[in-house]
Amino acid sequence: MAVIKKFLYVNRKAPHGSIFALESLEVVLIGAAFDQDVALAFIDDGVYQLMRNQDTSGIGTKNFSATYKALGDYDISKIYVEKESLDLRGLSKDNLMPLTWEDEDDDWAEKDSIQVVSSTELAEIIDNQDVIFSF
Amino acid sequence: MTILHIINKSPFEKNSLDTCLRLAKRGSAILLIEDGIYAAQKNTAVGNKLAAAAATHSLYALAPDLDARGIGKDKIIDGISLVDYDGFVQLTTETSGVQSWL
Repeated sequence: MAVIKKFLYVNRKAPHGSIFALESLEVVLIGAAFDQDVALAFIDDGVYQLMRNQDTSGIGTKNFSATYKALGDYDISKIYVEKESLDLRGLSKDNLMPLTWEDEDDDWAEKDSIQVVSSTELAEIIDNQDVIFSF
Repeated sequence: MTILHIINKSPFEKNSLDTCLRLAKRGSAILLIEDGIYAAQKNTAVGNKLAAAAATHSLYALAPDLDARGIGKDKIIDGISLVDYDGFVQLTTETSGVQSWL
């Protein structure tokens, strides 16, 4: 049996001013095909990637924000958002789009994917990974 | 005549806004576009700077960039006027020059 590694994708850039956010999401979705233990972290301006009600029709770019909702279908259930980054931007979890996954071991109950964590908790999470991708 | 100052970087990532506010002469216009619009949101760690600048400068933000980023118009600091692309062009014609704080 193949070894399952813990993968963490670290996202620190705002969504539409550069290509980082979209590229990260693409890599996450491609990587999801490899049945690894995947988690995403949103830090600094990266938290803006998860804002509700993004509408890019006025700036003529792809609105990839809806794609985050597909992460649950790829069994990605661990999405960590740093509380300190939200606080600095006057945001709370309510400003973020709801992301869920279905727990196979709990009669496919729909559960929240987003966990708002402190920097102390996130430091621990980062420290526990086998592989880290930075965007 | 006066200069139109343009900010397109997030105030949380770059110091473009700080430098602009330090060097934009009283009475000049400041337009927030792209990731610069994050500075226009109320109740953030940088919000006070722009609220103060509203008294001395003409402040604008590009509405399509707010929409793209999910920043509601009700969340914008008082004193910042929203413009569309036509308004952006209009501002460039009304000022004597443009400085982009990249």
